Amino acid sequence: MDWDPLLLTLKLAIVTTTILFVVAMPIAFWLANTKSKLKPIIETVVSMPLVLPPTVLGFYMLVAFSPSNAFGSWLNEWFGIKLIFSFTGLVLASIIYSLPFMVQPIQAGLATISHSLSEASYTMGKSRFKTLVKVLLPNIKPSLLTGLVLTFAHTVGEFGVVLMIGGNMPGKTKVASIAIYDEVEALNYSAANTYSIILFSVTFIILLLVYLTNGGYFKWFGK
Amino acid sequence: MIKLAIQKELKSEGGKMSLNIDLNINKGQFATLFGESGAGKTSTLRMLSGLLKPDKGLITVNGKEWFESAKNINLRPQQRKVGYVFQDYALFPNMTVRENLEFALQKKQDRYIIDELIEFIELQELQNRKPSTLSGGQQQRVALARALVQKPEILILDEPLSALDHAMRIKLQEYILKIHKKYRLTTLLVSHDIGEIVKLSDQVFELQDGQIIKQGNASDFFGLDKTSAKFRFTGEILSIKQEEVIYVIAVLIGNDVVKIVSDPSEAINLKIGDKVFVASKAFNPIIQKII
Repeated sequence: MDWDPLLLTLKLAIVTTTILFVVAMPIAFWLANTKSKLKPIIETVVSMPLVLPPTVLGFYMLVAFSPSNAFGSWLNEWFGIKLIFSFTGLVLASIIYSLPFMVQPIQAGLATISHSLSEASYTMGKSRFKTLVKVLLPNIKPSLLTGLVLTFAHTVGEFGVVLMIGGNMPGKTKVASIAIYDEVEALNYSAANTYSIILFSVTFIILLLVYLTNGGYFKWFGK
Repeated sequence: MIKLAIQKELKSEGGKMSLNIDLNINKGQFATLFGESGAGKTSTLRMLSGLLKPDKGLITVNGKEWFESAKNINLRPQQRKVGYVFQDYALFPNMTVRENLEFALQKKQDRYIIDELIEFIELQELQNRKPSTLSGGQQQRVALARALVQKPEILILDEPLSALDHAMRIKLQEYILKIHKKYRLTTLLVSHDIGEIVKLSDQVFELQDGQIIKQGNASDFFGLDKTSAKFRFTGEILSIKQEEVIYVIAVLIGNDVVKIVSDPSEAINLKIGDKVFVASKAFNPIIQKII
């Protein structure tokens, strides 16, 4: 039994979720507060990964990051970053692919909070950042938890994007979902079953925890 | 002294409205904005506090320019010393009463004021409770105290008592008046309640469609000085009944319904829903429409 794909999946999910939490916050904050005409366009772009086949996303990223193209070669020459068939590339792809899963719950959470809460904080001389951290976020804990967990679970479950951009390199880009595919192709059903049952259980437990928590079954996180 | 001369195009549900406000309030005064919903009262308060940017004009407070379109000056709400009490109180649900007040502390400010204010609004017992567990009147007191933590130059009250019952309103009016005097504030109130306005304010401004249409001191404003009465209450007419040669008018004053006998010549000018005052000299009661 090779544990590498599972560990890699875990690492990818943790790194992606952490980075995405920071990246999604300003986007969600902007979307929840703006009256700009650009809002529907940005919302569409953010939501695209929900409906687009992952292979489409993966294909365009593959093309864009390929060292034979201008952008890919520029990244490679100036920063020494290779995004194709690398873990860094996987993380970037996962961030884009899971963006709506983090942005949408946070945006929805922020939208439910009365504007007068932030305005009250501003009139007390508090900055936007302090208001976000001390007033807004503590009042949307269930939304934050939903965003974090959905992103984590969605990254664990991705397949198409990873295969397109990461390939199938053991220890580098071969995550659990791809390992399962690999084992099935090799008619190695028992190994495929082991990976599958682990992913199945982990996903079930994570989602159960979210619903228990947001349903108020645990006192310390509920509303 | 607050000097406000501002213009703003507002888009509301009823269409566009141009707000054109020009008013002066002396330091230490209690001023009230009065008028129908949508007349621009809240927008005026928001522009004074920096939450809404006027299109052009000038706002100066005690000689300092807070906004001047010609010089491109526009202080952020954070830079204006304003204590703002919102209509929905805007208490932070994640913090206790005490934490709500502490959040309003400025950098390096003496924490002593927190205890002083909690004692003043008589919330010592409840200081470790979350706002959602308090009654409306208690929440309002917390909001009031929180607005005072940063020792503002101006206290803004946007219909602070509209959600409370009568007894609670009376009690909170006392608090507001005490606070206004104790901290030597310049206070700006939005209210619809004439009794409340007369009780609290020095100056009244009436707004209609974004303009100030009338201003004066509170008793002049509602014509209360024209009668020399021994006692006087304001209320609302509930019913008018003709009985033989006289009329009996039922008036809601506070929570009490008072029946007043009226001459047909007086009653003819009155209708149900009118705001009136009921006054008496030695014997005969007078009933008269306020505006």
